[in-house]
Amino acid sequence: MKTATPSATAPPERTPSFTTISGRPIERLYTAADIARLDYDRDIADPGAFPYTRGIHATGYRGKLWTMRQFAGFGTPEETNVRYKTLLKAGGTGLSVAFDLPTLMGRDPDHELSLGEVGKCGVNVTSLADMETLFEGISLGDITTSMTINSPAAMIFAMYLVVAEKQGADWKKISGTIQNDILKEFIAQKEYIFPPRPSMRIITDIFGFCSTEVPRWNTISVSGYHIREAGSTALQELAFTLRDGLEYVQWGVDAGLDVDAFVPQISFFFNAHSDFFEELAKYRAARKLWATAMRDRFGAKNERSWKLRFHTQTAGVSLTAQQPYNNVVRTALQALSAVLGGTNSLHTNSLDEALALPTAEAATLALRTQQIIAHESGVTNLVDPLGGSYFVEKLTQDMVDGANAYFEAIDRMGGMVEAIERGFPQKEIAESSYRFQQAVERKEKIIVGVNDFVQEDEPPIEILYIDESASDTQLAKLERLKKTRNPAQVQRTLEALRQTAKGRANLMPPILDAVRAYATVGEMCDALREVWGEYEETPII
Amino acid sequence: MRKLRVVIAKPGLDGHDRGAKVIARALRDAGMEVIYTGLRQTPEMIAAAALQEDADVIGLSILSGAHNHIAPRLMQLLKEKGLDDVLVVIGGIIPDIDIPKLKGIGVKGIFLPGTPMQHIIEFININARARV
Repeated sequence: MKTATPSATAPPERTPSFTTISGRPIERLYTAADIARLDYDRDIADPGAFPYTRGIHATGYRGKLWTMRQFAGFGTPEETNVRYKTLLKAGGTGLSVAFDLPTLMGRDPDHELSLGEVGKCGVNVTSLADMETLFEGISLGDITTSMTINSPAAMIFAMYLVVAEKQGADWKKISGTIQNDILKEFIAQKEYIFPPRPSMRIITDIFGFCSTEVPRWNTISVSGYHIREAGSTALQELAFTLRDGLEYVQWGVDAGLDVDAFVPQISFFFNAHSDFFEELAKYRAARKLWATAMRDRFGAKNERSWKLRFHTQTAGVSLTAQQPYNNVVRTALQALSAVLGGTNSLHTNSLDEALALPTAEAATLALRTQQIIAHESGVTNLVDPLGGSYFVEKLTQDMVDGANAYFEAIDRMGGMVEAIERGFPQKEIAESSYRFQQAVERKEKIIVGVNDFVQEDEPPIEILYIDESASDTQLAKLERLKKTRNPAQVQRTLEALRQTAKGRANLMPPILDAVRAYATVGEMCDALREVWGEYEETPII
Repeated sequence: MRKLRVVIAKPGLDGHDRGAKVIARALRDAGMEVIYTGLRQTPEMIAAAALQEDADVIGLSILSGAHNHIAPRLMQLLKEKGLDDVLVVIGGIIPDIDIPKLKGIGVKGIFLPGTPMQHIIEFININARARV
């Protein structure tokens, strides 16, 4: 049998070992021997067939292209509304809302910790009034919207539902996604408010509410993106994300929900980093792992429960402030790996995002990058063009095996909540992150323009500068709101929310009532803080 | 002379702590005493930590754009506490046009994305004065 070991006559190689960006060793050549233990029907299968390694749709992108969904939001709802209309006009096929840090952390603009943060990293949404402005002139019955919101997901989602209702859209028909993934916040991005257990209860309440009231909504986007940005390897991103997914399913089942009633509404969100093959193998492995776990671990019978659907965003962390135009090339390659991995939805980063939030021109170029892949490259003419490659199939299976090993370790700890409480994924990520930084410092990994091919005296590029005017506007609007709404109705609905939080009934109905009374995000979160307290982590370096 | 004592702090609401943690570890590996405050620190909390820890250096990690509010407040508090000889440096995403303002209020080092860790270590070794 042929093997991949270098023969004595092989010419010398550039370095003693070749590794992926995650440090995974790569052989010189892969052959049939590397995939001899794989069975096509069992392990790979045609697109549309279990375990969906090659894709969840038989027709791939011949049937429907991925959704080109550009994450955007900054300043006031008025400013962001204009950007959304620009993106839709440029051919974007879905919206994706970036909220600012006060909104993400459940704080109103007048809170001390909101100082200097209002409208900076995303759009500020304080109450239903802001949500009405954000989607003014955009028909929620005709588009799908993704909202990156986690701890206050239930409040922001309730605002969206009320705006939809006011527009006359049917909750049974509207579609979109809320990120609503608190586990990766504890693991990586750290935008948590409440302790893990009540946080998990909010999520299962949303599962339960949506399974009957908003059946086409993606109730959660289980996210590896932030885990990777925090410094994990590709395998850790895959393993922790999928294990988070299993944790949510387990909590839903424990809350009395039928697996096949809520799992089809779960979606995923991965990073597209720079190591081309490792990334596309990761997406293929993710589909196989999920299908297998849903069928065998949870006994799901509905095919829709088995099919992992995912959004991808190119790696923000790979963007360089130096020679920023190089980022267009990085992003294009990363996006191509996501497409070859069968992503269902994609965000491409803009070239200026190591420096600031993107300008409208940079954001449009990022969208054009996707359109060129979709319409010019030819890779959308067939399904899973790399399927059957010795290397790709071997790498896919290695990722599956590696993730299963992590699943076993986390299961032994009692589950993901317990693993987080003992700092396991946090430690693993911190280690990988430091190891990568050392490799960059030693030039074992090259970043063009940063630690090699450096150019002195680069001319600065034009960036989006967000001044303090958004903060002033939002503060003034908040003051006005507090004078015009019905204070008795606000207090009554907030009290009902507190009481529900103390008991076991579903939290969505009282949250919807508070939203309709124009209670603010900060007020609703404070009501829950009073009942549940706040989470504080022990930092791990 | 004792080791340099560095307080690494993450002010504001942002939770992206990869940079703060990597630099904390790099400074520790370079022989400094590092105290990492954790997340969501107000300027008041950071100044108090610097006093309590007898810090020679304060390193702020700010990515969110809140530096124009946080840095002036912190510098003011340090002055009030008689800590104006503490070396203050910032790492993160800082637009070019804000750099002169920050230097003007006494922030000595501003390290943008892609700065080698070795460069930061050398800067601190040259510019910080360990107290006796």
